[in-house]
Amino acid sequence: MLQKLADNYVSAAAVILFGIGFTTLLLNKNLVRKIIGFSFMDSAMFLFLAAQGYIEGGKAPILDPDQLTARTTFINPVPAGLVLTGIVVSVSVTALMLALTVRLYRRYHSLDIDEICRLAGKEES
Amino acid sequence: MSNRFRVLRAFFTESESPLDTDQIRTLTGSVPDNRPGDADMLVTHENNIRWSGRNLDNRFEKSKKRITAVYRVFSVLAAVMIIAVLLFTVTDLPSFGGVEKPTQNEVQQRYLEKGLEEGGATNLVANMILDYRAFDTLGESNVLFMAVCTVILLLRISQGDTDRRLREENDDRHFEPKNDLILQTGARVLVPVIQLFGIYVILNGHLGPGGGFSGGAIMGAGLILYLSAFGFARTERFFTFRTFKTVSFTALSFYALSKAYSFFTGANHLPSVITTGTPGAILSAGLILPLNIAVGLVVCCTMYAFYTLFRKGDM
Repeated sequence: MLQKLADNYVSAAAVILFGIGFTTLLLNKNLVRKIIGFSFMDSAMFLFLAAQGYIEGGKAPILDPDQLTARTTFINPVPAGLVLTGIVVSVSVTALMLALTVRLYRRYHSLDIDEICRLAGKEES
Repeated sequence: MSNRFRVLRAFFTESESPLDTDQIRTLTGSVPDNRPGDADMLVTHENNIRWSGRNLDNRFEKSKKRITAVYRVFSVLAAVMIIAVLLFTVTDLPSFGGVEKPTQNEVQQRYLEKGLEEGGATNLVANMILDYRAFDTLGESNVLFMAVCTVILLLRISQGDTDRRLREENDDRHFEPKNDLILQTGARVLVPVIQLFGIYVILNGHLGPGGGFSGGAIMGAGLILYLSAFGFARTERFFTFRTFKTVSFTALSFYALSKAYSFFTGANHLPSVITTGTPGAILSAGLILPLNIAVGLVVCCTMYAFYTLFRKGDM
């Protein structure tokens, strides 16, 4: 089993990174730290996806115009395209979360999620 | 100095007591505006300070601490369990770098073998994301655009609100470097190089590594460096909210229309004026080069808009 983990060391590292991000998300009350944890999870996902496309000895899928007919092994281009989509979405989501955090800080002058919930509850009643 | 430090600490520590009116006054040099929302807020604040400081029952505090400890233990346990289960799954995955995987199927083979013939770009990834899967990339650019729109909704200060505007500018003057000699000299050397490299990456996207997203991000970073070094007065000469609107809208509609034409002619087997050209030439690969430029412009504007909106609440 350890041998198999060592074979798949990139995926294993991605999974552990995901766990670290998840723990950050759960343990911190500060909203900015939660967003950092979220970004960790995003990066872990991209690492995992990109690792699936790698082929031993494969080159980046860019042809040389002088030798178009030469047969070379290329890595799988599909995960690269999917990761690109993922990165763009994660940038947008991070920006959106940070903007919401700024608004919350302006209203409640705190980044502590419990504090914000308490103040919001008080405001309602 | 200490005030600045306090604000930074409020951003990065877990339970910093909120700023009160006096602190805001000393920080910004002006009294916070007296709109009803903010006034209520300040009242709530004072209550809140009284509440959390003195009147809280000791026993309540203790039980709260215990609940927090239990929560922490359980969340660490949950995270460890998730890592364990996922690691167990990883042991069943096909090994890293192997050829015999379900991901190595006919889809990627088609992209690699027919890509040059059908798309015309020697960078097969560009071929895939801007020709075969161009619709997906249009969606991505729109996601970025929509994210900026939402951030504008959340953070942009309205034109009439001069109080807030002045306060933000005051903050900007306090917390951002102003006429920093090292930064300005560095920017004078670096910004042209960065912009040139960004343009190269965009224009070379169909021939080598690069493309609209990476090149646009590089150009956006160059603009941000220029802004931090020279301030808003210099950047507003060429980049305002109006520029952002025009460039993003033009690029996105160009993308949608040109790709609509290409899909229409392709699906109906009509002759198309777009040819793939000779592989390796700069003007080749049909629509991929113009689409890369459009995507690059959108990404560049987006990065710059995010920065300015978070910094000043306007562009």
